[in-house]
Amino acid sequence: MRIVVIGTGMAGVRFAADLRAGDPGFRHEITMFGAEPEPAYNRILLSSVLADTFPLRDIALPAAPDGVHMRVGRSVTEVDRAARVVRTENGATEYDVLVFATGSTPVVPPIPGLRGAAGLTPGAFTFRTASDCRAILAAARPGGNAVVLGGGPLGVEAARALAGRGMAVDLVHQQTHLLQRHLDPVAGRILAMALTAHGVRVHLDTAVTAVSGEERVSAVRLTDDTVLSCELLVAACGTRPEVALARACGLAVNGGVVVDDRMRSITDPAVYAVGDCAEHRGVVHGLVEPAWEQASRAAADIGGWSPEPRDRPVLPVLRLKAQDIDLAAMGDSAVVDEVDDPATEVVVFADPARRRYKKLVLRAGVIVGAVFMGDTGTMGTVTDLFDRARPAPADPAALLFDLATSGDSTEQVVCRCNGVTAKTILACEGRTVSEVARRTRATTGCGGCAGDVAALLTRASAKDPFASLAAATVNGAS
Amino acid sequence: MTVRPDATVRPRPFPAGGGLCVKGWTSGSLLDSPHRLTTPLIRDGRDGPLRPAQWDEALSLIAARLAALRAEHGPDAVAVFGGGGLTNEKAYQLGKFARVALRTSRIDYNGRFCMSSAAAAGNRAFGIDRGLPFPVADIADAGAVLLVGCNVAETMPPITRHLNAQRAKGGTLIVVDPRRTATARLADLHLRPHPGTDLALACGLAHLVIADGHHDLDYIERRTTGFDALRRVLAHYWPERVERVTGVPVAAQRAAAAALAGARTALVMTGRGTEQHSNGTDTVQAWINLALALGLPGAPGSGYGCVTGQGNGQGGREHGQKADQLPGYRSIRDDADRAHVAAVWGVRPDDLPGPGQSAYELLDGLGTADGSRALLVFGSNPVVSAPNAGHIERALRGLDLLVVADFVLSETAAIADVVLPVCQWAEESGTITNLEGRVIRRRRARPAPPGVRDELDVVADLARRLGAPGFDADPETVFAELGAASSGGRADYAGITYDRLDQGDGVFWPCPSADHPGTPRLFAERFATLDGRAVFHPVEYAPVTERPDAEFPLRLTTGRVLAHYQSGAQTRRIDELAAAEGAVFVQLNPANAAELGVRDGDMVRVRTRRGAAIAAARVTDDVPVDTVFMPFHWAGDGRANLLTDPKLDPVSGMPAFKVCAARVDRAGERAS
Repeated sequence: MRIVVIGTGMAGVRFAADLRAGDPGFRHEITMFGAEPEPAYNRILLSSVLADTFPLRDIALPAAPDGVHMRVGRSVTEVDRAARVVRTENGATEYDVLVFATGSTPVVPPIPGLRGAAGLTPGAFTFRTASDCRAILAAARPGGNAVVLGGGPLGVEAARALAGRGMAVDLVHQQTHLLQRHLDPVAGRILAMALTAHGVRVHLDTAVTAVSGEERVSAVRLTDDTVLSCELLVAACGTRPEVALARACGLAVNGGVVVDDRMRSITDPAVYAVGDCAEHRGVVHGLVEPAWEQASRAAADIGGWSPEPRDRPVLPVLRLKAQDIDLAAMGDSAVVDEVDDPATEVVVFADPARRRYKKLVLRAGVIVGAVFMGDTGTMGTVTDLFDRARPAPADPAALLFDLATSGDSTEQVVCRCNGVTAKTILACEGRTVSEVARRTRATTGCGGCAGDVAALLTRASAKDPFASLAAATVNGAS
Repeated sequence: MTVRPDATVRPRPFPAGGGLCVKGWTSGSLLDSPHRLTTPLIRDGRDGPLRPAQWDEALSLIAARLAALRAEHGPDAVAVFGGGGLTNEKAYQLGKFARVALRTSRIDYNGRFCMSSAAAAGNRAFGIDRGLPFPVADIADAGAVLLVGCNVAETMPPITRHLNAQRAKGGTLIVVDPRRTATARLADLHLRPHPGTDLALACGLAHLVIADGHHDLDYIERRTTGFDALRRVLAHYWPERVERVTGVPVAAQRAAAAALAGARTALVMTGRGTEQHSNGTDTVQAWINLALALGLPGAPGSGYGCVTGQGNGQGGREHGQKADQLPGYRSIRDDADRAHVAAVWGVRPDDLPGPGQSAYELLDGLGTADGSRALLVFGSNPVVSAPNAGHIERALRGLDLLVVADFVLSETAAIADVVLPVCQWAEESGTITNLEGRVIRRRRARPAPPGVRDELDVVADLARRLGAPGFDADPETVFAELGAASSGGRADYAGITYDRLDQGDGVFWPCPSADHPGTPRLFAERFATLDGRAVFHPVEYAPVTERPDAEFPLRLTTGRVLAHYQSGAQTRRIDELAAAEGAVFVQLNPANAAELGVRDGDMVRVRTRRGAAIAAARVTDDVPVDTVFMPFHWAGDGRANLLTDPKLDPVSGMPAFKVCAARVDRAGERAS
């Protein structure tokens, strides 16, 4: 079969790799078209590149496997579904199966001065592609002023990254708190405090009404007429699925290309859509995990094997990539309290001074939402329970805090290698460590408990064996 | 250690700062144990009892039955199952016996269930498999140690001395284990991945090392191949994704990567926890990739190593017990290797069988149309230790002939047709190869009780009865022959003699000639690959483990406890050890216990898609929510391996012992 993939992003590349892995006999010929001028790369890492925690040169994805023809820098200009042909400036390519993996494009808000005839005003950027990233890096300079539009995940990451590069950053957000889709107001406020601590000024409940600057961006004006000077502006105002081509060729498009459970267009069974450009059961995702799952599902369907069985779809988890700001949010994490719904429980630990916030939202004993900020020690367990809709522990405190059990009875084993308890050693009061070793074998294995045994013996005569044990425990292996 | 004639045991400071755990201290008590077998046993008819017999009757019966089965069904009708506790001489003799006397391809051993994934990955990356390619004392000099799935504080306590020394010098210890084990309690940093996700964690740590520019470019350039492909694959393993997959927080990943990158010397060491998976080979490769990216292997105090599971786990896999190997770690597929060994054995290369089946495949096939009809078991107890043990026990019971050589009536011996009583460690002479690749002597301390024979002698006798000459019962003679067979191979013992071993603290292989000093450290100059470079083999994470679902919502993992060894056939018969840890238990997080209405000590039933086991609940947050742990040392209804998943690693043949989907229910009413 001749398979054409439009898009060389995370979803398209994953689709091709999965299909090739299941097709050792090269029955399929796969051709991929990418509009961007460079080899496929990992878009997820761009925030890290901006933050200088990942090198730009390392974001390339693995080279296309044998049998996959990669055509980069070639935009598909037309799809002719009747003829089963895609066209680019360089010619036409026939297909038996067509896969849309066109992803999404940044939304540029209609702000006067932001856009000129030739595109964005110099100094203003969206943050979606590797070339955006390169351009922002070229414009960023320590000591300069930057404005970031949009307090969603990408805007927060960009603001934190630019601050980390020594810029004075103003983050402008129209809503009353940051990440409002994922956080409640208290959590949003703590996040703003954390950003402020890293040098980001946060402007909430306001908007940019105009961008000024003749040749280049020089300032923005806010709703209240505040003027923020800036030499760099990053618009992170969300994305919309890239569906122009799909719409033009007559496919059913709603928010994205409408697909069935096999990821096939409901209009044309020879066409699939995966990733950010697809709408499955009314949902358009914008995260990589669902995109990869859709890619694998489409590959399985086209390749003729069973997809990985799942009890439930992959649920997106937001995980902020912002240095020194650990934040994760999943599910119905913005729910404020149970007033509206008695079946909902909300458990919150808020510690703004230490920029910590933890929250669980439970329905019928199952975690349906969670936020972790500042301390993510128990998040692995929470995410796992959330992913699998498993019952949460009766006392949810165990999910908020990593509380190790501390045993402190004399039954506690001091010499693990030989199973000797504190009680047995205390009974040897008045003897030396080597005598204890001969009697009990304590210390003769790994020897790590020698200090504890000595401490127990020394303090046993102090007639407070429990105090001595506690001391030994603190100093020793436990 | 040393043993006195009265069977009391003392530690001695060897190889370095030696110590003994409770298993070592009590090991003498089995020598004179009433559980000891001292006469062969024969079962007449399928359902009859085992009755005492003379050696001649037992061996004649075995030889006659084997010859008849071979004549009727071909040589592969007979299979051999060995053990990693056998001396090098016995392991070698058993491999030769299978190929020369039985002419069967069907030989494998319990080491397949132990270190085969690490062995396969080591061969792939370094061109050689030696557990630690450096002396164990190097651990103390490592600025950072990353121990993965390796609970040495319980499974190999004396090694903890080296870790204590390492930490006393200011070194950092990082432990990767889903459970808060005794070893994890020693650690400065404990990473707790969900069982079965280690591969993603290893890739994530390597991603961070490279992202931060801490990889050793000069080393990578000079000493390795394949880095560019690896680097691109690692781009997929950004920390937030790895956190989602593994449950290990980003901050902990960064701390671990920084500790490894910041240390002047560092060791990455793996154990069964990360190896016993159906992607075990790739998982170990991922840890090796991390070590290579950091430029560790080959430098003193640095490197990658695998911690041995059995007494002679290392030597046991070098000398021909493995289905695809000949002595000296030679390949049974390679013409030159076959020719060399055939010459030593005095047979034609074409007479040697080809590669056989891996352990589980061999056991799983018993009694089927293509499977073997007779099995000889030496030094192993698969009724307890094989995965999916209920199924394997049924297969063993259906055999035409099951022969077990052991010194106690293990669960496998108890269902055998013929049981042969053999020596214990203190009664045998020979060599073993420890985790460092150091060949050491085991000296006979006392004679075996009357009626007991040495396996070398038993195998030589059987070979003779099967018309195959050239099998000797004298360990030193066998060792010299082993040396010749291994000469020029990867595990070259040719220059090692008992005299040399008696003069010092053992010799590290490879040691190709009498004047060669042995090789304590491998890889200083080159790796054992054709071009001398280590190989970065890019590996990708995929969820290969049995997925928990509504019926089996928990993850079961299995392992060891301090007081017991392997299938427990020996240690359960030692009163002191039985008193320390007398019955099987299952660790259950308090949240799961509460959900089930189970209290500490209640009996519970653990079920998987393969079977059910009964165990006492041990309620502890040492296991994460939804992960349960069961030790595998017990028999009968308490067998953890009734539950385990026999899905095999495609490269190593390792079963997925370390994770499967399970459920736990209360078993009956509470006593109180």
